Amino acid sequence: MKPTKEIVVAKNLSAGYKEKLIWSKANFSVKPGEFIGLLGPNGAGKTTLFLMLLGLIKPVSGQIKIMGKVPSQGNPKIGYIPQRRLQDSESRLVALEYVRLAASGTAWGFSLPKKTVLERQQALEVLKRVDGLDLADRPLSELSGGEIQRVFLAQALVSKPDLLLLDEPLANMDLRRSTELIRLIHTIAKEDQIGVILIAHDINPLLPVIDRIIYIANGHVATGKLDAIVNGETLSKLYNAPIEVLKDSKGRVAVLGVEEAVHHA
Amino acid sequence: MLKTSLMANSFSWNLWRDLHEMLQYSFMRNAFMAGTIIAIVAGIVGYFVVIRRLSFAAHALSHVGFAGAAGAVLAGISPIWGLLVFTSGGGLAMAALGKKAAARDVQIGTVLAFMLGLGVLFISLYKGYATEAYSILFGEVLGVSSGDVVLTLVVAILIIVAVAILYRRLIFASLDEDVAEAKGVSMLGMSIAFMLLIAVATSIAVQVVGILLIFALMVTPAATAQRLARSPSEGILISILIALLSTWIGLFISFFIPYPVSFFIVSIVFLIYLVTRLIQTLMIKRSMTVSNNLA
Repeated sequence: MKPTKEIVVAKNLSAGYKEKLIWSKANFSVKPGEFIGLLGPNGAGKTTLFLMLLGLIKPVSGQIKIMGKVPSQGNPKIGYIPQRRLQDSESRLVALEYVRLAASGTAWGFSLPKKTVLERQQALEVLKRVDGLDLADRPLSELSGGEIQRVFLAQALVSKPDLLLLDEPLANMDLRRSTELIRLIHTIAKEDQIGVILIAHDINPLLPVIDRIIYIANGHVATGKLDAIVNGETLSKLYNAPIEVLKDSKGRVAVLGVEEAVHHA
Repeated sequence: MLKTSLMANSFSWNLWRDLHEMLQYSFMRNAFMAGTIIAIVAGIVGYFVVIRRLSFAAHALSHVGFAGAAGAVLAGISPIWGLLVFTSGGGLAMAALGKKAAARDVQIGTVLAFMLGLGVLFISLYKGYATEAYSILFGEVLGVSSGDVVLTLVVAILIIVAVAILYRRLIFASLDEDVAEAKGVSMLGMSIAFMLLIAVATSIAVQVVGILLIFALMVTPAATAQRLARSPSEGILISILIALLSTWIGLFISFFIPYPVSFFIVSIVFLIYLVTRLIQTLMIKRSMTVSNNLA
């Protein structure tokens, strides 16, 4: 067995500007095959953390390392699904082309015929892994929300990453489809020992697979196991406002009071 | 001028004979050569304009070019130089302000109107013929000289080589901005390169369709292609094909019917766009009734 070296290590990390921090003192790590839920209210700075990992913005203070190195733009070892991208409803470009681009789009010039065949094969293989072989020749603009996310997942996987950063892939999806997609991501991440950080609005679809949580709210960042973070006491401290966490018999979670806390902050 | 001499040409149903007659005139040969080169360039660059959703910015850039062209005429130099300088400057400014700036239609519209006004001033200061202004605004491909054809060809080759070098990065940055940026494609770099491409392509396309009708070659063929293409390379091919076909047919008709070439070209691309939309709508309706019947 290969030693479980951390993929991401963050120490005392702060984001924002010198005058105004978005959040500060984040300490967390991600190990191969680990599934991390990144939670918090809108505007808390979840995407900011992703941009930092992608090397697109620099931390104000503290340290962040990916595979032992400072993040830099264009790291092929990171697969990234940004938040909802605009789809041109008039465009008929097929899903396969988008997956191909993620593998070849950073090259100069154009692909010669031989290379094109290879790229197509590579794209089809990844689509197969996400149960999306039947989506390859369909226009992206005609796919459903869940199908589009599977294509985006294939796109993120095509460079064989060690780390997946998924920004709200479950937006606009019902619970059943969300659960299916999460299972798929989890299976692939376990097989390939990929560390996953997934931003979600609702924690419930993540419950069966989640290893740990990073919770950003009110400028603070808390990290730990689900039960250690998502409870009334910890969240109330984080938001500096009364938050209640309810659990039902099946283990489903409801967090109450966040709206009010965010509005008053 | 040219127009009156054209009245004499009569159309016969022998297309071979008609073509032969038409190509006897050197101004028609020049027009065909320039038109062909420009249609290819506009088809290629236009596809990127459409997938980057920059059609209004491209339109505005051509109006910035009008001020430049009119200024050049006033200064007694060829309008193409004024066009190149002004559109490139405008393009660089838009790229520097960021892609979001290029999508701000009110601001762009304001600058566009000012530039048009500036062009009007230059034209009125110019004591020569009003036909200069007319040909800048609506194109005058029948007045293209062999020197213009050579210049157009050189510029076109430069554009095509640039697109070929940038091709994959430009497609990636246009279709999938956030992922491309995360993968290390510089958005500012692509934006600057592309704005310069539009600027130069617009400058030469003005000869055929003029500033006001730049959409005819830079946007409409590509917009039609976008509705049909399943891959970017297919999109570019269809876009070139429509632009070429419209230019050729437009030139051919205008030889026998003495109305402006740009009117015919604009009408043909518009017709192709309409027919494509109509057929697609009908097909969607049909597939819906089929699936309803199956259900």
